[in-house]
Amino acid sequence: MADHLLLIVRLAGRRVALPAAEVEGVVELDGITPTPKAAAHVAGLSALRSRVLTVIDGLAALEFGRSPVDGLAEAIVVISGGHPYALLVEAVEDVVEINRAATPVRGRVGAGWDRVAAGMVEVEGSLLLLVDPHLLIAGPTAQAA
Amino acid sequence: MDELINDFLAETRDMLQALSGAIVAWESEPGDRARLDEIFRFVHTVKGNCGFFDLPRLQQLSHAAEDVLAEVRSGKRSADSRLVSAVLAVIDRIGELVQALETGEALGSEDDEQLIAALSGETALPALEPEIAAGAAAEVRKGMRSIRLSVDLLDRMMSGVSDAVLARNELARRLRDIDRDLAVEAAFERLSACIGEIRDAITRTRMQRIDSLFTALPRMVRDLSAELGKQLRLEIDGGDVELDREMIEMIRDPLTHIIRNAIDHGIEQPQDRARAGKDKTGYLRVSARQAGNQILIEVIDDGRGIDREALVRKALSAGIIAPDQAERLSSSQKLALVFAPGLSTAGEVTAISGRGVGMDVVRANIERIGGLVDIDSRRGEGVRLCIRVPLTLTIIPALTVSAGGQVFAIPRSAIEEILRAGTGAQMDQVGESTVATVRGRRVPLVDLCDLLGVEAAGQAGNEAAVGRASASRSANIILLKPAGGDVYALAVEAVHDHEELVVKPAAPAVMMAGLYAGTTLADDGRPILLLDPSGMANQAGLGSDEQGPEARAAEEEISDDGPNETTLLLFQGLDGGLRAVPVPVVERIEDVPTQAIRHSAGKLRVALGGNILPLAGCAAAPGEGKLRILRLTDGETEIAYGFAEVVDIRSVAVELKPSPSPGEIAGVALIDGSQVELLDPYWLFAACGDATAGNDEAPVCALPTGDPWMENMLRPLIESLGYRVVPAGEGIAADILIASAEDDLPDSAVSAGEVLRIRSRPEHSGENDNSIYRYDRAGLLEALSRGANKARSHG
Repeated sequence: MADHLLLIVRLAGRRVALPAAEVEGVVELDGITPTPKAAAHVAGLSALRSRVLTVIDGLAALEFGRSPVDGLAEAIVVISGGHPYALLVEAVEDVVEINRAATPVRGRVGAGWDRVAAGMVEVEGSLLLLVDPHLLIAGPTAQAA
Repeated sequence: MDELINDFLAETRDMLQALSGAIVAWESEPGDRARLDEIFRFVHTVKGNCGFFDLPRLQQLSHAAEDVLAEVRSGKRSADSRLVSAVLAVIDRIGELVQALETGEALGSEDDEQLIAALSGETALPALEPEIAAGAAAEVRKGMRSIRLSVDLLDRMMSGVSDAVLARNELARRLRDIDRDLAVEAAFERLSACIGEIRDAITRTRMQRIDSLFTALPRMVRDLSAELGKQLRLEIDGGDVELDREMIEMIRDPLTHIIRNAIDHGIEQPQDRARAGKDKTGYLRVSARQAGNQILIEVIDDGRGIDREALVRKALSAGIIAPDQAERLSSSQKLALVFAPGLSTAGEVTAISGRGVGMDVVRANIERIGGLVDIDSRRGEGVRLCIRVPLTLTIIPALTVSAGGQVFAIPRSAIEEILRAGTGAQMDQVGESTVATVRGRRVPLVDLCDLLGVEAAGQAGNEAAVGRASASRSANIILLKPAGGDVYALAVEAVHDHEELVVKPAAPAVMMAGLYAGTTLADDGRPILLLDPSGMANQAGLGSDEQGPEARAAEEEISDDGPNETTLLLFQGLDGGLRAVPVPVVERIEDVPTQAIRHSAGKLRVALGGNILPLAGCAAAPGEGKLRILRLTDGETEIAYGFAEVVDIRSVAVELKPSPSPGEIAGVALIDGSQVELLDPYWLFAACGDATAGNDEAPVCALPTGDPWMENMLRPLIESLGYRVVPAGEGIAADILIASAEDDLPDSAVSAGEVLRIRSRPEHSGENDNSIYRYDRAGLLEALSRGANKARSHG
């Protein structure tokens, strides 16, 4: 079941899970073109073959500051609202299959995370936060709107 | 209308094809309800459509078949084989009619009544001839001149080709980085040409005649004017102009809105028109034409025009502008308030155009597709609205510039002029803002670095920059004319290149900056942001108060003494000398690899894009690397002129000190305190074309002094023919005397062999007028060379 395939990434020092069905691929970005005056969580633009990806800084999307960008940066490609995005993460760890559906988050999981949390999943004995990549991409500004 | 009929016919044909299976199944099993329903739906659809198109035969047939099938459906009649055959005969006839309509041929069989009578079961059906029916089907296939494609597929093809263009660009860049291999390059050129061709073809498949937009207008105009009690004559022109079908969809609503507005608010009631001394019937003209790679759609009415003051009052009361701003608005800015959000000129909102969709939405929609809206209004005489849109959405010509070390693109449609700071434009700090003065025109200056909030790149803007605060570090000024707004200047660090860019929409999080129109990829594969000229103006706060009346006064004042100025391109020659050439003569500037330069057939020549141009400006073929050339044109032929680098473009009143003998250099002039040699394009073209006649005994031509046209334009021409030019009226014996046809010249004053009179108007002034029009180049050359030959044979 594709729904139960999860991509485990490291983001803001935590291991989090993303639904693999939402992820088009994992890329290494070579150079990011800045986008002055764009939303704060946009790190810039990057080219993937002939496509222009909007690079989202995962750290900034959580309002935890900005990721340092130098040299190659690891990112996952997500299509959201018809636009291709590259979501910067600290590391891509693994793809795992789980056989139990995600359970809702109880209570708060902390500033920043609350907005993007889609639930909790148990992966190989440890409990991970399931993050909705579209909410990450929408960024902190979307909530005000 | 034709298009709609074609659609209908194609649709009917498709349905017939899809139905053929059902017909056969129904024939073998008349009780099959599902098949019956299917066939019923078909004749029902055909009946409905052809009623709309006024196709009586099709309508009669389908109507009759529908009636019979309805009876069968309700159980009133049973579907016996005779009835089935009759229905099938009718359906076959529909197919034949459709085919006849498509191919434009007349249809032989006229026995529709017989078929219809057979449906009622009264008469027997004429025997069917299966061979003929089969033949007809084959004909249908042959007659097909179009296929129906889903728009999705076309879009996919288009984006595929766009990607191919980008991939080609990247390949081109990588090829430049590696060692040259002629075979690879030839293959690449071929691939490149193929991709270009495919792109053109696919672009064309997406093209649609704008007629499909215009056909709905007469009806709309008629209904509207009837509703409003107005009389209106509509004129439509240019329906055969083609543009991207997506673009047609995008301008449908704005155009409809503009026309509604014109009828509702523009055209007066008949009695008001009569009172104003106008024809009772209003006039509305909608036209489309192509200009370059843009489509212009104009809506002109002869109504009451737009009341600028009323607009200002409304804007004031709506809080869109402040009172002190209102006082400083220029006439065009007042008019531009039409596009301000939340403003409607009509006293009250009407059912026709006041549905909360304002001109601001119209403008936003047009700009979203890279277009512009211009408005012009004369009180009591009418309004002219002009929509300019690019031919396609996906590929736009743009200029690449840089700021803060980063490359951006600007749509070329908005660019008026490119200048160099410091010399081409004067910049002054006015409070916190900068004002640029370009040939007497004062425009607000926006520094792209400041606007983007980026650090200027360190070494940019070196020599021209004078130690002024913000604008100084940016070496180039681009005059931008955003839609509906006034011109402003954008300072950038460097201007790079003109490129055709495949533009894609940017993500919302990027668009929210309000500065960008989309994203694209450069040749080197890096993403580039496409700047939005009107968005930048808004972000820079240039909404409305940039050009005060005093600035415009100054503009007029200064430009009054402008006409004697020539615009010159200043450059450094290969020998290091400072030279200049009139800008209109320069077609473009290009870098050519030195391999393309050969000493062939007695001259230096350069191979350029399939042409061989004579090369001037350098004595021998240069060694390694690239040569920068000016491509000079006289309108027909081109020559290349090698040079080192562009120094500036200046508009100056030139006081030329002519060279002692005609040659490549016409003379020398003082520009900004430096001696600048002026190229003589006439000589260059003459020398590089056919070899000129030897002129050891130069004939003499007397030329009146003080006329700038004669001095700057005619003189080089005369000299290029080998004349020695002397001032007229100074008693020097001349072989030919040039005189203006408008001047009375006493015969006694003529001390020349021949007099050549030149008039400034194209028409002859009378029968005895033997003068030559000043731009009749051939006439002038002929007369002058005649004079020269005469002088030589005498001497």
